[in-house]
Amino acid sequence: MTRQSSPPANQRAVETEGLRKAFGTNAVLGRVDLSLENGEVLALLGPNGAGKTTLLKILATLLRPSAGRGRVVGFDLMRDVEPIRAVVGLLAHGSYVYEDLTAEENLRFWATMAGLPADAGALRKVLAAVELEPVAAERARTFSSGMKRRLALARILLGAPRLQLLDEPYAGLDQQGKKWLEEVLLAFKGKGGAVILATHSFGRGLGIADRVAILAGGRIVLDRPRASLDLEELHRLYALHTENGP
Amino acid sequence: MMFARRAWIVLWKDLLTERRSKESLNALFFFALLLLFLFEFALGPDRERLAAALPGLLWLGFILAGILGLGRTFLVERENDCWEGLVLTPGDKGAIYLGKLAVNFLLMAAVEIVLLALFGIFYNVDLWGSVVPLSLVIFLGTVGLASVGTLFGAMTSQVRARELLFPLLLLPVQVPVLLGTVKATEAVLQGLALAEVGHWLKLLAAADLVYLVVGLLTFEFVLEA
Amino acid sequence: MTRWLGWLAALGLVAGLVMGFGYAPKDAVQGNVQRIMYVHVPSILTAYLAFALVLIASVGFLFTRRTEWDRLAHSAGEIGVVFTGLTLVSGSIWGKPTWGTWWTWDARLTSTAILFLIYVGYLLLRGMVEDWERSARYAAVVGILGAVNVPIVHFSVLWWRTLHQPATILSPERAPISPPIALALLVNWIAFSLLFAYFLSKRLSLRRLEEEAYA
Repeated sequence: MTRQSSPPANQRAVETEGLRKAFGTNAVLGRVDLSLENGEVLALLGPNGAGKTTLLKILATLLRPSAGRGRVVGFDLMRDVEPIRAVVGLLAHGSYVYEDLTAEENLRFWATMAGLPADAGALRKVLAAVELEPVAAERARTFSSGMKRRLALARILLGAPRLQLLDEPYAGLDQQGKKWLEEVLLAFKGKGGAVILATHSFGRGLGIADRVAILAGGRIVLDRPRASLDLEELHRLYALHTENGP
Repeated sequence: MMFARRAWIVLWKDLLTERRSKESLNALFFFALLLLFLFEFALGPDRERLAAALPGLLWLGFILAGILGLGRTFLVERENDCWEGLVLTPGDKGAIYLGKLAVNFLLMAAVEIVLLALFGIFYNVDLWGSVVPLSLVIFLGTVGLASVGTLFGAMTSQVRARELLFPLLLLPVQVPVLLGTVKATEAVLQGLALAEVGHWLKLLAAADLVYLVVGLLTFEFVLEA
Repeated sequence: MTRWLGWLAALGLVAGLVMGFGYAPKDAVQGNVQRIMYVHVPSILTAYLAFALVLIASVGFLFTRRTEWDRLAHSAGEIGVVFTGLTLVSGSIWGKPTWGTWWTWDARLTSTAILFLIYVGYLLLRGMVEDWERSARYAAVVGILGAVNVPIVHFSVLWWRTLHQPATILSPERAPISPPIALALLVNWIAFSLLFAYFLSKRLSLRRLEEEAYA
């Protein structure tokens, strides 16, 4: 009912200007300017407490910015909250998994809530994509944290998001799972989807990134194409900007 | 249409969860039994005294059970941050409120039926004779209790002093519902026709409607991260 | 501005005292006790004004999310509770010699007491929710529900039981009230309204300072 026609295709995935967020006098984000093209993957690095989660939550409309402007896929962050929710997928710290429901029931719930088709066929397809089909009828309580992550990702893949916001997506995934996640993300990118991948470790995520940004003390202190940086230089710059390296 | 589908899936999800975990219902049934004994001890074994106090005790029991049960239904949303997922669901949040309200209503209704049966057996009163008018009164009262309880329950589930704050908010607002239902129950148990308490039924219906509308309209502000 | 309001309110209260004790005649039936009315009635009217402000400011806050509205709702809510308390206490003092008891479950007394409890809950909620933004949102919802609940509470308690003498100011049939008493009431009402405005402006600036200090 509040679903609107899709925005013009040439809209940038993300465009923010002077985005600020303060909890009381404690400024978590100070003037963040960030832009992201469709089909682009941005690796957002930064130490714990740098404001990565806050930034992602603002872009996903979970939090309201204290000041500044921003557009997500052409929609205004302050005014067009509902349309943004229909085109953005957020993989947050919490998996949004109900422990007493099965994997398939979890997906059915979230699909119906989002107004998406929730027939068994569609759900099985997504479960297959995240390699959870064999345990589709088992309760989430029995799942490992990695499996819950996959289930959370399945929830995002249910719809047709234009932008995925991933907060420490590798946490809880084993080596195979990490590799698998990157394949999923590359496929998403191939279809023109944009990704912001926030992480505090260098281990993963850089491989598929087109751009690397460092968030420190609530500001973007570095934003460069991935190709222009080798890993050593990145380490040096990261240590420089965050004082206490990764 | 989509609104109804979403309200329904919330109800489906919570009933399924409750059926599997049996977290609330079993405890509430036991609580109802405890209340019964406490009332008996507090008032003594005098049958007539108990019968006279019955409508008040009944609703006191419902409300006490409501304080325990209604505040709980949003706790399941805190696990794994499901609450955030609900916020991020595009569309009218009133559907979530309505679904949760239905869950709470059914939960309360189940406890109320058990409590009624227990009252009938232990205090030897004939409730069956006035079951139809009694059901109507209880329906109206329970909708009022659950509609405010759902709204405040959502709020207080995010607050540290949840158990304390929930009754402090709920009880004063529920005074009209308590007055109306006790008076109407009293009349119904005395065998009076429903028309005798028509004004109370109207008041209860009006209260239900007002609480429901406020709940539907303001829930989106409660359901924010 | 605030200071001027303060002086005006003080002046109004002095005038109210003079009117209440000097100008208005002793009540033929109740004697001097009746003079409590000059505190009692303006108190409850001021409390209603305050809670109406809470309602308006709550709706305003939910629509605009501006701190100013929340500040207004918070301040008006606190002052409303104070004046409701004053109403209850003055009613009690009047009730002792008149009805022979400090408290009766009279309809209007009871609904005022329920009003008091609802808004005490409102203030408790504000204190118990740590996050400022969330506390403002929740309080606004309770502020709205509390206000729309007032007529429901009123009728439920009225039908439940009534002993109170009919309301003289707001009742449709307009019981006779002698002009000097009416004038004394009016002066006191204006004085209380000024006092309310003074408190409100004080509390608003205090809240602003609180925001700067803690928020």
